[in-house]
Amino acid sequence: MTSDKKSLRDAYGEILVELGSQDRSIVVLDADLSGSTRTSKFAKKYPERFFNMGIAEQDMISTAAGLAAVGKIPFASTFAVFASGRAWDQVRQSVCLSNMNVKIVASHGGITVGEDGPTHQALEDIALMRIMPNMTVIVPADAHETTSAMKTIVKTRGPVYLRTARDKLPVVTDEGFEFDIGKGSVVRDGPDAAIIACGYMVAKSLEAADLLAKDGIMAAVVNMSTIKPLDTGLVAKMAASTGAIVAAEEHSIIGGLGSAVAEAVCEVGPVPVIRVGMKKPVGQSGKPEQLLDHYGMNAISIADAVHKAVSMKKEPVSNAQS
Amino acid sequence: MKRIEDCEELAKIADELRIDILEMLHTAGSGHTGGSLSAIDILTALYFSKMNHKPGMENGAERDRFVLSKGHGAPALYVTLARCGYFDKSELASLRKLGSMLSGHPYSPSTPGVEVTTGSLGQGLSIANGMALGLKLDQSKSVIFCLMGDGETQEGQVWEAAMTSAHYKLDNLVAILDNNGLQIDGFVKDVMGIEPIGDKWRAFGWEVIEIDGHDMSALLGAIDKAVAVKGKPSLIWAHTVKGKGVSFMENKASYHGAAPTAKELEMAKKELNPA
Repeated sequence: MTSDKKSLRDAYGEILVELGSQDRSIVVLDADLSGSTRTSKFAKKYPERFFNMGIAEQDMISTAAGLAAVGKIPFASTFAVFASGRAWDQVRQSVCLSNMNVKIVASHGGITVGEDGPTHQALEDIALMRIMPNMTVIVPADAHETTSAMKTIVKTRGPVYLRTARDKLPVVTDEGFEFDIGKGSVVRDGPDAAIIACGYMVAKSLEAADLLAKDGIMAAVVNMSTIKPLDTGLVAKMAASTGAIVAAEEHSIIGGLGSAVAEAVCEVGPVPVIRVGMKKPVGQSGKPEQLLDHYGMNAISIADAVHKAVSMKKEPVSNAQS
Repeated sequence: MKRIEDCEELAKIADELRIDILEMLHTAGSGHTGGSLSAIDILTALYFSKMNHKPGMENGAERDRFVLSKGHGAPALYVTLARCGYFDKSELASLRKLGSMLSGHPYSPSTPGVEVTTGSLGQGLSIANGMALGLKLDQSKSVIFCLMGDGETQEGQVWEAAMTSAHYKLDNLVAILDNNGLQIDGFVKDVMGIEPIGDKWRAFGWEVIEIDGHDMSALLGAIDKAVAVKGKPSLIWAHTVKGKGVSFMENKASYHGAAPTAKELEMAKKELNPA
């Protein structure tokens, strides 16, 4: 991990223009947030292929389905709360039931939306999109992965929900890293526990792993950027090799990555799974880092969760191989 | 498809399709009778006279498209598609049954000729807008037809979409309102009034063409007129009768979602085909 921080939404806006120059069937829709979601870059370059739908997210999603029905590849963007919540039935009925080739790229995911407060903090979107039929759900960890994921999803038919963040995030992937749908990546290895994270929590998990190392616990960190389809093979492997799992996400502990990991672990051979995420029903305004500290989504909280998971192992670490 | 211009011939087809609708719904034992009978003259005019389409022409650049936004009118669409040859008429007997290609509401992946999945009301016009935007980009001459129910326009999304059609000047889009005056709980005017219909659509920037939705000649003329409008979308405001063609079903909310019994089917067939 470098100390560099880069914006995921900037990365989205830039790659969208690049992809748009290569493929004329790419069209972009936004709901009056094009400056914030960064689709404004595409709008400026290709105005004839950009459709501002006004403040009407439901109409935007169904319109995107219509564009897909005549062979276009629509990217529809707005804040994560609106894309997943306001337009949930349109995502289900107009897009997902018929496996329409609509890409929903939602910015401002999670509690790090910050000062805008609880109405704008998407803490349920992964759950809402994960249950959608045919939907692929992606939460990139950094700007580089966002770019790589965009290159992949544009070539893959079917609906995708890709969540970015408001703030710049630390770069955690290597230059040569290539995103693959449904594949998690081990960004740090360790035998004692595995932290499976997505989005900003990958960087926080790497910090946590540093803290844990000082206590003699060597924790692996997995960047699980595809929540659905989940890389159950990797989850099973990490569960078997470490015997203790922590899942970390900037999302409610109900229904998101933590739930997906817990479901998978239960089916492959149970080991302790501790979920790190939003445990309170509703957030509040505040600075992003203050909120992560306040609601237990920081490196210390993740490290504490690892200690707990390790303490719950059925066998001590030293005997695990015998 | 061969385009039929003779109104009497079209009216005869519509009445034969009414019998198909009633038979398939009776066999299924459930389904939406009233709204299918109010819409079938409109579908007949589109599919047998005005739309450029044929089975197998799935993605032809000049293919006109039909979106049944009032998805519960699926029986009317299915009998029409079967008669056009999109699938065998024998499939109609499988409506709503396990393994059938004919779902209770239109589900595009399973039914040849069904353009989009609809059923949750109010989404079809937005989808039709998306098709119209995409086809305009391709400089296609295709026209998108979207059939809505009057009760359906209580959905807020319809008005979001109505704004979009006008904002983007979608003159390759024709919406048709099946104004039968009834919805599940009763008369539209009692449940949630939608008047003044014409003024609302005109205020949203639409050309409004008001007709009797069971007058085949008026339907053909209105479709021609709507397609010819340039620079804005058109609405054919079709006054219809729920349950049209079967006296004891006409204007009865109770036949919104009820299939005919064997006795009702016999009585209806006698009315529709007196010879």
